[in-house]
Amino acid sequence: MTTEHEVRRPDRVIIRFAGDSGDGMQLTGDRFMAQTASFGNDLSTLPNFPAEIRAPAGTLPGVSSFQLHFADHDILTPGDAPNVLVAMNPAALKANIGDLPRGAEIIVNTDEFTKRALQKVGYDASPLEDGSLDGYRVHPVPLTTLTIEALKGFGLARKEAERSKNMFALGLLSWMYHRPTEGTETFLRRKFAKKPQIAAANIAAFRAGWNFGETTEDFAVSYEVAPAAKAFPTGTYRNISGNLALAYGLISASRQADLPLFLGSYPITPASDILHELSRHKNFGVRTFQAEDEIAGIGAALGAAFGGSLAVTTTSGPGVALKSETVGLAVSLELPLLVVDIQRGGPSTGLPTKTEQADLLQAMYGRNGEAPVPIVAPKTPADCFDAALEAARIALTYRTPVMLLSDGYLANGSEPWRIPDLEELPDLRVQFASGPNHTLDDGTEVFWPYKRDPRTLARPWAVPGTPGLEHRIGGIEKQDGTGNISYDPANHDFMVRTRQARIDGIEVPDLEVDDPHGAAILVLGWGSTYGPITAAVRRLRGAGDAIAQAHLRHLNPFPRNLGEVLARYDKVVVPEMNLGQLATLIRAKYLVDAHSYNQVNGMPFKAEQLATALKEAIDD
Amino acid sequence: MTDIGNGLLQLVPRAEARQSMKDFKSDQEVRWCPGCGDYAILAAVQGFMPELGLARENIVFVSGIGCSSRFPYYMNTYGMHSIHGRAPAIATGLATSRRDLSVWVVTGDGDALSIGGNHLIHALRRNVNLKILLFNNRIYGLTKGQYSPTSEVGKVTKSTPMGSLDAPFNPVSLAIGAEASFVARTIDSDRKHLTEVLRAAAEHPGTALVEIYQNCNIFNDGAFDALKDRQQAEETVIRLEHGQPIRFGAGLGKAVVRDPATGDLAVVTDTDENESRVLVHDAHAASPATAFALSRLADPDTLHRTPIGVFRSVERPVYDTLMADQLDVAHELLGKGDLGALLAGNDTWTVAG
Repeated sequence: MTTEHEVRRPDRVIIRFAGDSGDGMQLTGDRFMAQTASFGNDLSTLPNFPAEIRAPAGTLPGVSSFQLHFADHDILTPGDAPNVLVAMNPAALKANIGDLPRGAEIIVNTDEFTKRALQKVGYDASPLEDGSLDGYRVHPVPLTTLTIEALKGFGLARKEAERSKNMFALGLLSWMYHRPTEGTETFLRRKFAKKPQIAAANIAAFRAGWNFGETTEDFAVSYEVAPAAKAFPTGTYRNISGNLALAYGLISASRQADLPLFLGSYPITPASDILHELSRHKNFGVRTFQAEDEIAGIGAALGAAFGGSLAVTTTSGPGVALKSETVGLAVSLELPLLVVDIQRGGPSTGLPTKTEQADLLQAMYGRNGEAPVPIVAPKTPADCFDAALEAARIALTYRTPVMLLSDGYLANGSEPWRIPDLEELPDLRVQFASGPNHTLDDGTEVFWPYKRDPRTLARPWAVPGTPGLEHRIGGIEKQDGTGNISYDPANHDFMVRTRQARIDGIEVPDLEVDDPHGAAILVLGWGSTYGPITAAVRRLRGAGDAIAQAHLRHLNPFPRNLGEVLARYDKVVVPEMNLGQLATLIRAKYLVDAHSYNQVNGMPFKAEQLATALKEAIDD
Repeated sequence: MTDIGNGLLQLVPRAEARQSMKDFKSDQEVRWCPGCGDYAILAAVQGFMPELGLARENIVFVSGIGCSSRFPYYMNTYGMHSIHGRAPAIATGLATSRRDLSVWVVTGDGDALSIGGNHLIHALRRNVNLKILLFNNRIYGLTKGQYSPTSEVGKVTKSTPMGSLDAPFNPVSLAIGAEASFVARTIDSDRKHLTEVLRAAAEHPGTALVEIYQNCNIFNDGAFDALKDRQQAEETVIRLEHGQPIRFGAGLGKAVVRDPATGDLAVVTDTDENESRVLVHDAHAASPATAFALSRLADPDTLHRTPIGVFRSVERPVYDTLMADQLDVAHELLGKGDLGALLAGNDTWTVAG
């Protein structure tokens, strides 16, 4: 029997898949995302998982979730409140119910709502029966039983069959939201190419889930979210996560600079995926070196930079702390080097899998001596690609280490990305020094390693193997020009100021301000808060409020016009996922009474919450 | 000129013209204390380099921090005076990305074995194509006289007025334990021996660790006198030569034998009876066991029975070569990287205008 289903057409939907760490929720979310991307919706995702690989089963700390926001128009965040929660067990329900607005749909795997499982997370009575979920539209589905039933003919042990329940759930949700399914079936066949039986079982579970939605009367309504055709400029698109975009940005920078890419890195969450990705692309001439520690990671990168590679080290906050001395050496040697910091909750080990923006001051000041380093921050997952190219431009042009500050939210989150034409990519080619650059009083032609380009103040990059340019560089203060060791007081003062002037003089684009209504208040952000801030600003403007928005890609040096922009507004609000680090810099440099709005809970801002805070600032 | 038997050394361009020691002296004033053992090592290295015959611009000296680490400034090659303990890591990045370079690390007992211990052991186990010269003076010189990780137990220094409590490292034992493929020991004042060891190290494919006993005449003067005084040296120094029976002492009256009961090495008076038991040095032995046992012969306090020369020299895969091979294989299997295809991936959609 086929039921007549009602089809509704919302403009956007937020779905959260939640289950045990071992339930495969990240994979489920990832597949739903891929289906959604290929359907042409705009989307934004928020994976959220514990640092433990397998926390005790069925407990609150073991809950892993994946939130996906998709729409028929351009969207900026993974969404505040899910319209649909898929809860694979009582822990997943309990951990996530607080985020659900009344009226939201909840699909629960009733098989897991046993007395023991309920007790484990502190439910005295089953929330499915005690009326506590009356405000929601609950769909009780025995997902485990149905999956086992569907896989009866496959000769799998019960435990094995059970594992496909996430694919059953994915099938059901795919039916509910009219997602294309071919991609997932192809994916499963490829993933389990060596275990065809498992591939077939997963596909069967996936189809069973779809058919369950189609035939059961419990799911009377399905939803269609039209492709976001108007939201996107013409072009070919793909879905991309921040870490993948960053890795591709680095490979692209290597090609554009015509320099081999060298990555020295030590595994650390949430940066390791960049190491994994780059290690797969050796046919691009990429060398990846998994070092014995963070210090060796950056050390090897610096050695490769001396040899003429585009050198990179990738890490997170604790790793930056260990690398600081070598960053200082790179400042002194004036060699190009990219230091990629995928920020996570701190201090110390902090929250390895959660996001935060609290390494800004570490990037800015975390070294001994006067050791200025340019800082670049991407604003969305796809923007990590452009940020990597921009960081490489600055490093190569000005012969300096550059800090690239991404974070856990950008790293693991994803969104559609218009694939650039290769012709659009910037030209990053550099000239190595090839001969003498200085004439002594007696007419002798010599090479001076610290004789600077008058425009950029960059010193020549003379790589070993170049005859006649043999020279020695080091961390000891050196004489201007010759680079010889110098303890001369006046020379040190001059070199300190010159190194600072070189960074201050880096050319960066002016800050663009979005201010259609001539507002009195400016919201200024940096990094991954771009999505939530922009969404909040839209809400406010939609409600008739005037508010200006600007977002910083360059944190050091700041855009030339920043001071002038700040002075134009009566009030400047700076939302940050820290306790006010950008606000501190702004206040110190421009003497502006910037107001901080802070959240340091390991999660990105919610647009609604930001809109409320900004509204208060407007009305204040 | 050395016969370049080492396949890896062949990747480094040769000098076009004949070189002299003068070519390797930089224009920088040497600023070690007068009488420092480093002068002798510098002269030996500068004197040996022309014999190696490599293009000067393809030679790089990388150092850490400490007295010895000023070394690169005095060599007219490319050089980097880096930060404390990190030279092996930096040199690893350079050597693996530039196989056309001859990369040398100059380090000291504090730099290599204290603050940089981790990098040293990992460079050794990877077998990166580096030549590491470890100047061991058993003291901290640049920080003015604290005990080092090779100082003898009970060493009275500024930081240990009642004597140091630390048991020292034996750098040769440590290197062998860290899977080093080449380990040697020599002495600053023995120019001929030092040069021979440098030659062997230069020719070795992979990481070569050369421990050089070096006198700090300011803070630890005479630390190696037992090995340098002509008369004492006869009794204290054991000269290792590959393929030769290990004998030493006045008139080579003593010999190293294996104790059949324990398998360990022992020193005996060389008699006709012992003749057949005398250990023949095999630097190329696959097992590091005998080399390790030789490294334990010396008394760390008196330095009696100190072997010098090449303890171990075996060929095993070199990290830089393996990395280059992987790049070649990837190139063969996947073709030259196509950036457009990479960026597009497998799953795209098009938005028409």
